[in-house]
Amino acid sequence: MALVELREIRKTYHLGGETIHALDGVTLDVQAGDFTSIIGPSGSGKSTLMHILGCLDSPTSGSMSLDGVNIHDATPRELAKIRGEKIGFVFQFFNLLPKLNVAQNVELPLIYQGISSRSRKEKSMHALKLVGLEDRAKHRPSQLSGGQQQRVAIARALVNDPRIIFADEPTGNLDSHTGEMILETFCKLHQEGRTIMLVTHDPEIAALTPQKIEIRDGKIALDVDAKLAGKESRFKLRGSPEPNP
Amino acid sequence: MNLLDTILVGIKEIWAHKFRSMLTMLGIILGVSSLVAMSALVKGMENGMKEALVAMGGLEKVRVEAQDDLPVYQKHLADQAPGLLMQDVHALQSGAPLIENVTPIVEQHGYRSRINITYRNKLARPWRIYGTWPGILELEDHRIEHGRMFNEIDNEMARSVCVIGVEIRNDLFGDPEKTGKEIIPVGEVIQINGQPFTIVGMFEHYMTEKERKEKELARLEALKNPQPQGGVVRDKGRSGSGPSGYVFRLKNNSVFIPLQTMMIQFRAAAGADETADPKLSGIYMKVKDISVLETALQQIRNVLQVSHNGIEDWTFRTEEDLADGIQLTIANFRMSGVIIAAIALVVGGIGIMNIMLASISERVREIGIRKAVGATTSDIFIQIIMESLVIALLGGFMGLGVSVALVHSITTFTPTENNPVITIEAMVFAFACSAMVGMIAGMIPAIKASKLHPIQALKYD
Ligand SMILES: Nc1ncnc2c1ncn2[C@@H]1O[C@H](COP(=O)(O)OP(=O)(O)O)[C@@H](O)[C@H]1O
Ligand SMILES: [Mg+2]
Repeated sequence: MALVELREIRKTYHLGGETIHALDGVTLDVQAGDFTSIIGPSGSGKSTLMHILGCLDSPTSGSMSLDGVNIHDATPRELAKIRGEKIGFVFQFFNLLPKLNVAQNVELPLIYQGISSRSRKEKSMHALKLVGLEDRAKHRPSQLSGGQQQRVAIARALVNDPRIIFADEPTGNLDSHTGEMILETFCKLHQEGRTIMLVTHDPEIAALTPQKIEIRDGKIALDVDAKLAGKESRFKLRGSPEPNP
Repeated sequence: MNLLDTILVGIKEIWAHKFRSMLTMLGIILGVSSLVAMSALVKGMENGMKEALVAMGGLEKVRVEAQDDLPVYQKHLADQAPGLLMQDVHALQSGAPLIENVTPIVEQHGYRSRINITYRNKLARPWRIYGTWPGILELEDHRIEHGRMFNEIDNEMARSVCVIGVEIRNDLFGDPEKTGKEIIPVGEVIQINGQPFTIVGMFEHYMTEKERKEKELARLEALKNPQPQGGVVRDKGRSGSGPSGYVFRLKNNSVFIPLQTMMIQFRAAAGADETADPKLSGIYMKVKDISVLETALQQIRNVLQVSHNGIEDWTFRTEEDLADGIQLTIANFRMSGVIIAAIALVVGGIGIMNIMLASISERVREIGIRKAVGATTSDIFIQIIMESLVIALLGGFMGLGVSVALVHSITTFTPTENNPVITIEAMVFAFACSAMVGMIAGMIPAIKASKLHPIQALKYD
């Protein structure tokens, strides 16, 4: 059984009498250890898909399971628990709490699992080490650069040792050099065995990841590998995975 | 999320908006402090009234008093009304077994009857002069400090003896608080309306609990740092002001003489046809047991019905009537206090609700983030309720402090007979009220916040 299984997921919005099919029957599997990129033009439904995958939103129809748990009939309380225990989410706009310092931001998911403050401190320091920011623990997010803030957000996504990490355009708000460093972090995590799904609209980033999915108008486009085949990535990352054969 | 973490988050949030939170707390501070202060004032009143009640002889005392105005249906019998007479006293003594210490009393109003007491060139105006039996001592809770009460023999022989209150002594012989030495006037002869009377006894100085404490304090102070003048106690002004103090002042300004003496020396002169007017002003007595008060009253009624041929020219006064009156006054006062405090608390609650609603609409994104990392609906609900509760409890706590300061300054700047007394019960109750207000005020904001959809909250700016 795959770590994540989506079957015929649909998400429909109604806006002033108009019906928008943000997702129009998506079926996909994610295996443990996969590093998948999702590409597609703006408005194609990437974020919607990520929100459903990340248990932040529920589909209009279709079924989904994550780590063997049926998501489509989970209660909001169960969804919150799954978000807290099994999922790490990285947003395009960092979404750190400005009033908390870096360490407190990283600790946040653990607070809601009733973990003791000592063990929270240990885990958050460990996560900050993974992203190389342990010396910034006492700083406020506003005192950090964009790239550093995003690394704090990654540390927060890592702190609960999730089964899968979702990142929705994590480099979309950063310059290309900083973006590269963020990608490097994800590659490193993948090599350590983590399962990652990453949204991008940059085909060259997608070319770096072993698995690729393209979305168009809420549907999975099947010719993605063919399109990207033979495309040389402009990124030369340390420890970047071999492109798929 | 554990409770301590939630409370800490709440406190941080409040600390981040110190000024705003402080303003919000004001309503609660006002509510709690007025609740506690009001209850302290009521408690003080209650204590004062109870003191006065005891000083008047307690609940067992029943007074039968002459009533000049007959009920409407008996108006035509006015000229046949016998008035209260000694025969009523004898009838009650033998015909009403549930009562004891039946004591007749003739009362002269000091000012209305223009009674002058003189000693050498000093003049005193007593508030009341009573002709009665020695039994009055027990009925009115009098205590002799110097000398003795007149006795039955004094009464039988209509001797010219009197027992006086302390203020009369002060007027005639000097106030020890002013002169510095205490004169015991027992044995002195004074003139009451020109007729010589020998003082056989003097009552103790009646005062309220508060006066007693003040005196004691002043005495200790004087001991600690003796003034060059010697042990003159600071003059506290007129003793016994206020409604309950009246009872004490009245007792201190009274003169008691035997009933027979009163009848012969004052009534004979007062009677229109030069014969003694035999009418009593009242008959005082005591019910043997307060639990049979109603039955005892019925016995008295029966006896007097017969001896007065059914004419109701007399009336009952029990201290229960007074006690009921006191209860009513206090209940009214308490009610208005509760209303004021309740309004303040409601206004405070609305203030908290208002500030919490503003606070959550500022923090929609934060709530979205918290939900995205695993906060449940109830986590958010509890967090907002806790914040509101912490504001209310801090306000409540400060309110308790303010009430203590308030009551203290009332006591210091406007001392009265009935010092307000803060009770633990009132403080606990007021604090619980503030907690309840915090909970209720936080309810709507907490529900609103906890219902936010994580994605919509994250997209909100
Ligand atoms: N809350 C919403 N209400 C109405 N339409 C929405 C909402 N969220 C997304 N959409 C629509 O769904 C489609 C997919 O959006 P999204 O998943 O954000 O695209 P992407 O992330 O690929 O740019 C878009 O057409 C968008 O307008
Ligand atoms: Mg998007």
